[in-house]
Amino acid sequence: MHEILSEIFPNLINKWPDFIKSIQDTFIMVLWAGGIGFILGLGFGITITVTKPGGILENRPVFQALDKITNLFRSIPFIILLTAVMPLTRLLMGTAIGVQGAIVPLVLGSVPFFTRQVQSALAQTDEGLVEAAESMGCSPWEIITRVYLRESIGPLARATTITAISLLGLTAMAGAVGAGGLGDFAIRYGHDRNMQDITWATVIVLVAAVSIIQITGDKIARKNTH
Amino acid sequence: MIELADIVKTFQAGDKQVDAVKNVSLTIEDGEIFGIIGFSGAGKSTLVRCINLLGKPTSGSVKIDGTDLMTLSPKELRAERKKIGMIFQHFNLMPSRTVFGNVAFPLKGSGLSKEDIQKKVRKLLSLVDLSDKENAYPAELSGGQKQRVAIARALANDPKILLSDEATSALDPQTTGAILQLLKKLNKELNITIVVITHEMEVIKEICNRVAVMENGVVVESGDVFDIFANPQHPLTKNFIRTTSNLSKIEQMVADHVPGVTPEKGDVLAKFSYRQKDVSEPLISTAAKQFDLDINIVLADVEIIGGAPIGGTVVILHGESDRIDNAIQYIRNKNVGVEVIKDARNPF
Repeated sequence: MHEILSEIFPNLINKWPDFIKSIQDTFIMVLWAGGIGFILGLGFGITITVTKPGGILENRPVFQALDKITNLFRSIPFIILLTAVMPLTRLLMGTAIGVQGAIVPLVLGSVPFFTRQVQSALAQTDEGLVEAAESMGCSPWEIITRVYLRESIGPLARATTITAISLLGLTAMAGAVGAGGLGDFAIRYGHDRNMQDITWATVIVLVAAVSIIQITGDKIARKNTH
Repeated sequence: MIELADIVKTFQAGDKQVDAVKNVSLTIEDGEIFGIIGFSGAGKSTLVRCINLLGKPTSGSVKIDGTDLMTLSPKELRAERKKIGMIFQHFNLMPSRTVFGNVAFPLKGSGLSKEDIQKKVRKLLSLVDLSDKENAYPAELSGGQKQRVAIARALANDPKILLSDEATSALDPQTTGAILQLLKKLNKELNITIVVITHEMEVIKEICNRVAVMENGVVVESGDVFDIFANPQHPLTKNFIRTTSNLSKIEQMVADHVPGVTPEKGDVLAKFSYRQKDVSEPLISTAAKQFDLDINIVLADVEIIGGAPIGGTVVILHGESDRIDNAIQYIRNKNVGVEVIKDARNPF
């Protein structure tokens, strides 16, 4: 087994500890940025949904502000965002490099995307359900939790899947600020030192990660669709 | 008792103001089934949403048992809404919850224990005849069954009022009949006040005690269902009633020269409409004997509305011209509406 591996992936075997470290780094970045981004994006998505014209907590200034900010951040290419927010990153995390330094730009890069995804997932909720809940004397908070969120678990799972996979892609770019991770690993060895097997190994790990995310997301979505 | 006074509801559509409801005042008594009929866009759905303030009126007052809903805080209003059930044209059931989950939905936070909620939901489901569907999802139900679930859900908090917004409009005629019978039963057994919004006169005829006819945001006519059917005043009301009566088809049949309804030369084709609740005299037979005429009934349509028969007949009167006039006068004197559809006595 070891012989076969060292034949197909000669360089990878030599860099094995680095490889494991880079997988861990990617995992940590996705988990932290994804976790924070999920909460923020869900919050913003809900806020946009309920404050939009005709929403249950209609509020023009809040809606307009959130809508515009989301558009603003969505229009900045991630590689620019990475460097542009460095001062903010330093302020929040104490450093602008490494895995810690990557989390702030990753959150800023994925939250606007996820906000829109949440917004479109919640928009699939039949307005009639909201009206029925109102007629039953539900408070706005109850409508958000018991109607919008509860009735959108399927679409929300799909939205989370899409965002998580795109976040995984963004972490590769975070290598540009020395964040480490699989993307950085592949560029550093696979490209810069022309170690093809390392590039391929990275791709295999990423394909596996994407598949796991997708299959889990699909399962949750299917289980909650009746 | 529901008291709506001077209700105005204005929507802003772009630059234009749309007056959906203009100065409507209505009083709906406890325990009655009150119908509001009108074509789509007449403002009836907007008006019914003023009762539970789902759409807050621009001005006017909404009083339920003396409480002015417009003056309540949001929290008080929500408590008040729990006493007003509502059902909808498209049922609005929560697709991710079972039938049980849907009926239990409004009971959360009611202070009932899990066992009590279960008991209550089962009782409600048996009331609407759906005990065997407890674990089904809405997508697995027929339209009629969905509406039954929606009714059970609307009744969960023991409301005094049930608002029905076109609840049968998406259902086939047979299912409509069954749902209407259910509403009637609930009205009787629970003594719940029901406000029915519809565009179908059949629905009004079937279950309502009183009716208001709406057009362009205004109530053009209202009153006892029997009186409205017997003696409609407004053209719109007449129009609605015509859609439910076979007698109205006579004009078309005459125009189409359908054999049997076309009077011979010297005959008169006339429509008699009964307007009183006590049509018991054998009018036609008496008139025929007394004036020595042949009276041939070509079409008849009598229905039970508000507990009394209503309708009329279309007849061909055959005999001497003067006697026909006298017979018509005689029948008019008996308070029966006579409308001469075609007079074939006059060559012109």
